[in-house]
Amino acid sequence: MAAYLLRRLLGSILILIGISLVTFVLLYLLPADPARQIAGRSATAATVENIREQLGLNLPFYERYLRYLGGLLQGDLGRSYIQRTEVSTLIAARLPPSLLLMGAGILAELLIGLTLGVVAALRRRSRLDQGLMVLSFVGVSAPQFVVGILLIYVFAYRLGWFPLSGYGTPQHLVLPALTLGFLGAGWYARMMRSSMLDVMQQDFVRTARAKGLSKARVILRHAVPNALLPIVAMVGIDVGILMSGIVVVESVFGWPGIGQLAWQAIQRVDIPIIMGVTLVAAWAIVIGNLFADVLALFVDPRIKLR
Amino acid sequence: MRKWLLAGAAIFLLSGVAVAEVKQGGSMTVTYKDDVSTLDPAIGYDWQNWSMIKSLFDSLMDYQPGTTELIPDLAESYDISQDGLTYTFKLRQGVKFHNGREMTAEDVKYSLERTVNPETQSPGAGFFGAIKGFDAASSGDAKELEGVEVVEEATVKIVLSRPDATFLHVMALNFASVVPSEEAEKHGPDFGKNPVGTGAFKLTEWTLGQRLVFERNADYYQAGLPRLDQIVFEVGQEPIVALLRLERGEVDIAGDGIPPAKFLEVKNDPKFKDMIIEGSQLHTGYVTMNVKMAPFDNVKVRQAVNMAINKDRIVRIINGRAVPANQPLPPLMPGYDESYEGFAYDQEKAKALLAEAGFADGFDTELFVANTDPQPRIAQAIQQDLAGIGIRAQIKSLAQANVIAAGGEADQAPMIWSGGMAWIADFPDPSNFYGPILGCGGAVPGGWNWSWYCNEELDARAAKADSMADPAQAEPRIEEWKKIFTAIQDEAPWVPIFNEQRFTIRSDRLDGPEGIFVDPVHIPVHYDYVFAKDAQ
Repeated sequence: MAAYLLRRLLGSILILIGISLVTFVLLYLLPADPARQIAGRSATAATVENIREQLGLNLPFYERYLRYLGGLLQGDLGRSYIQRTEVSTLIAARLPPSLLLMGAGILAELLIGLTLGVVAALRRRSRLDQGLMVLSFVGVSAPQFVVGILLIYVFAYRLGWFPLSGYGTPQHLVLPALTLGFLGAGWYARMMRSSMLDVMQQDFVRTARAKGLSKARVILRHAVPNALLPIVAMVGIDVGILMSGIVVVESVFGWPGIGQLAWQAIQRVDIPIIMGVTLVAAWAIVIGNLFADVLALFVDPRIKLR
Repeated sequence: MRKWLLAGAAIFLLSGVAVAEVKQGGSMTVTYKDDVSTLDPAIGYDWQNWSMIKSLFDSLMDYQPGTTELIPDLAESYDISQDGLTYTFKLRQGVKFHNGREMTAEDVKYSLERTVNPETQSPGAGFFGAIKGFDAASSGDAKELEGVEVVEEATVKIVLSRPDATFLHVMALNFASVVPSEEAEKHGPDFGKNPVGTGAFKLTEWTLGQRLVFERNADYYQAGLPRLDQIVFEVGQEPIVALLRLERGEVDIAGDGIPPAKFLEVKNDPKFKDMIIEGSQLHTGYVTMNVKMAPFDNVKVRQAVNMAINKDRIVRIINGRAVPANQPLPPLMPGYDESYEGFAYDQEKAKALLAEAGFADGFDTELFVANTDPQPRIAQAIQQDLAGIGIRAQIKSLAQANVIAAGGEADQAPMIWSGGMAWIADFPDPSNFYGPILGCGGAVPGGWNWSWYCNEELDARAAKADSMADPAQAEPRIEEWKKIFTAIQDEAPWVPIFNEQRFTIRSDRLDGPEGIFVDPVHIPVHYDYVFAKDAQ
């Protein structure tokens, strides 16, 4: 097990180096000129050239990349072109709000999705089931910024139950977490429904019923836990979807996380920040996948380590 | 123009009567979408941090609030030598930095050298090009600026290598702010996150990505200022949400203004009627025609294009957030010629002129435009107007950086609509509207003179005008600039389209002289002069 984890972790470092190379190439190909951007419109050609030299932008591509990689291995993500601050400082300041939001988002999608999935499965082919499945379809397909603005309009602006936007209190967390979880909830509802239907037809459920257990007990003690197992293992893979979700949700709700940081950096072509956030997000996804694989191992003993 | 300035000053003096009775106190909340990038006065160069820096720092010169009129700030007085080459500033005594130390002439020298030092990477270094020794200091060959001399503790002398009539404006730029050397050295490149100046406010909290808090500088040298005890800047707020919060009274100023898509709705809403203040800004939106690319090398073609475009319709497209323009300078800028008629909208005349130039059947060309709303819609209107006289323009809608890059090449972009990238003056002097965008100096690869218009004779006249540094020559100098700009417009390298208006939206908790809410240099408002009604 330890050897397996070690191998996977080493593999994840290779993946990250690969991702850094791809991102670096893509950003390198952008027509924006960072030196001219820093120098501003009033700068002379000499100033621009001087800045280019100081930042090492005049070096050939491979040398620039190796320099970046060298810094990266020492935990140095460079300095932002626009904010003129260490990228690692900016990310560190914004990581806690993002983790909080993602945690709450996962909670929201599981609570909503699993509950609806179970209900739909138990009322199979009823109006309720059909209604819920349509709703989950909407959840999966609705753009998050539309959902977010709708929630703000109804629950914050019209009803005044929650703050319009911002960060700080538990009330601030509710609407962004729901928006973030809405998409996943749709998936989980659908998966939980089919998983439940699967389990309900298994022999052990029929046996439990036959030995005289109440229907509620059978569902809660036998069917749901068994239906849940394959689904919970998916949560790790969810990290990727949530990562892309927070870019939109944080911007809509004024949530001070790395998604908002990335969005602002993209708009201002602040390349070091784009690089930094991409790598942190990629790393989170790699860890999430590893987590999912390990979890699957416990859920299904038939899976062998290789 | 003169009249306008006087009127502005009069309004301010009138409100000055009430000013004496204003009590200090209270707080306000300002929201922005983007995080504040830096508060280092040598580096900050966007609309958001420009006025924040102005409230944290002071320079030797400043502007009469709400106007474009220069006044001494940290300088108590100044003296310009006969030849216009030596400026001697007497500093105000007893002005303290936020760390408690008194500001001296050494700090003035240090600050200018810091901005010019290539390691600072200041986007404003070039403004100080007239100071003697600039080339050596800006290339890193010299640590000191030869022309800046500390005469005594409260006197600093600045010697120029050439007369520069805009020099006092340059000394009012944020890039000329006086910073304490010990703090700037201590924080190095992070001074922008730990700013210490002499300004009306001091920074007391900065939670990255969330909020900044400015507290009143109790030792500020101007009695009675600032009016507020505290300003809270909340960042990361969508403009549309900021508007809802403003309506609820949670926010006092929506820093990003009214989102374009909501503009008409908000403007016509009686709820917001008294919260919106309209003002002008030093901005011109224009279409450039590349005079190095046929057929725009023909002046008649350029004039015909000027006559073909219906500017009123374009102003309607952006919901009246601008006024039509007929010359490069905006009306707020000294040197704007009110009597100049320019090229009136007349498609028949344009067609005739085009035929005269040998293009009776029109021609094919390309119109470059930034791809963010409303720019492509404006380009379409221009395209239709051009079609009216037979010119078939294909729209090239690209990312802003690509349009700027194409404009900086001599043979790439025949026409560019400047929207989103248009020139907004750094300081209220016509000179700032010439060199980089219409002069020969800007007509170089990577430059901002996208029409590549270069008129040696006008360039010489411009240089001469900028050497008229004697204050007694201010009037004839502006007159000369006026003639230069109308002479350029007769040659029509641009189609000036409109001058954007500013609309500041603020809660009715706030008050202050009207001018400070649409101050030409402080955007969105002059933070030092705003006061809270509930503190009265």
